[in-house]
Amino acid sequence: MTFISPGFREKPRDQSTAGRLPPGQYVVRDFPVLSAGPTPHTPLDHWTFSITGEVDNEKHWSWDEFRQLPTENITRDIHCVTKWSKLGTEWQGVSVDTLLGGIETSAEFAMAYSDGGYTTNLPLEDLTGGKAWIAFAFDGAPLEAQHGGPARLLVPHLYFWKSAKWVRGLRLMAENVPGFWEMYGYHMYGDPWREQRYSGD
Amino acid sequence: MKTLTLAVPGWPGHAAGQHVDVRLTAPDGYQTERSYSIASPPEDANQLELAIERLEGGEVSPYLVDQLAVGDELEFRGPIGGYFIWTVDIGGPLLLVAGGSGIAPLMAMVRHRATRRSRVPTRLLYSSRSLDEVIYRSELDQLATRGDGFEVFHTLTRTRPSDWSGYSRRIDRDMLREVAFVPEQRPLCMVCGPTALVETVASTLVELGHPPDRIKTERFGPTGG
Repeated sequence: MTFISPGFREKPRDQSTAGRLPPGQYVVRDFPVLSAGPTPHTPLDHWTFSITGEVDNEKHWSWDEFRQLPTENITRDIHCVTKWSKLGTEWQGVSVDTLLGGIETSAEFAMAYSDGGYTTNLPLEDLTGGKAWIAFAFDGAPLEAQHGGPARLLVPHLYFWKSAKWVRGLRLMAENVPGFWEMYGYHMYGDPWREQRYSGD
Repeated sequence: MKTLTLAVPGWPGHAAGQHVDVRLTAPDGYQTERSYSIASPPEDANQLELAIERLEGGEVSPYLVDQLAVGDELEFRGPIGGYFIWTVDIGGPLLLVAGGSGIAPLMAMVRHRATRRSRVPTRLLYSSRSLDEVIYRSELDQLATRGDGFEVFHTLTRTRPSDWSGYSRRIDRDMLREVAFVPEQRPLCMVCGPTALVETVASTLVELGHPPDRIKTERFGPTGG
């Protein structure tokens, strides 16, 4: 049965976004903030980034060490599961490929973990091959705390809850284990083009 | 603001704080969805209440507020969300902080608590621009007279009656210190409203000594559609 809402019409949209919007999304100009708890404020001299889990040797970076790694400029569209998309966002970050360089692992999944206890799970292949970064700047300025600063994961090809704010590390895992929102019924993978919002989609 | 009451035969039930995704379909097949919190308690069988804030230029909320008529049908999925919820079994003390239409999921908690005759100490701090924008005002005032441990504190940020005796400013540190129990009581804090309010309230509660893991937030705003 096709259900029709009598009198409802699509709002006219900017045709320049054609082909860039996944199903069910709409464009925003501002940058909405969503989070499940208070914004953490970890001082940079206490900040570290770690690769842990299924590795022979864990790796850790201080903020200064992290910021000496090669950086990339990234321009991508981002898509939030709450239906907003923001086009052409500009970031600066360190490629996850750089951080995983030289690490031997048989793991196929990773759990990103953050200050404040947030976690989200991803296949390792979605974090490698130039698809993911640890971003520390947005629009040419240091990333604000409410948007995940000092650094957040950036995985723009998946719904944005996978781009963990306040990220502090990746725990490599042999099995795919649900993270924070995934335990509350959100999709294990979260491809916006296949509209994988909730488990079962 | 408009509240919609939906008859939902066979509704499987929900937890106070959960939301639904409402889907509209145009005659040409175009579809869009937006999330709305459920304001009714789980105990209301086969019926759901949603509070809709009409957002100028929005695609969905003006339709729901202006066009949808009694007797029309609506398509939605849910209940969704399992983190920003409260049940009487979770206990308290419970601090609820709402800004504007952010009252909706907290109202479900307040009603759930009252329906279950819970005596969990509960305080609601509710920020509105003016008195006529306070939704559920008479119901909240009535619930606060039951003497069962539920208290309401209003603050009006823009205009207020000349005889107003409540708070008259944006929520700040002093206000939270007065209302939010003391950190030693480890209240569960549920904060829902626009981003600026949620950021201020959550970070101020942390500064006052409340453990971050006892503070849950949910954002409402223009991009909620």
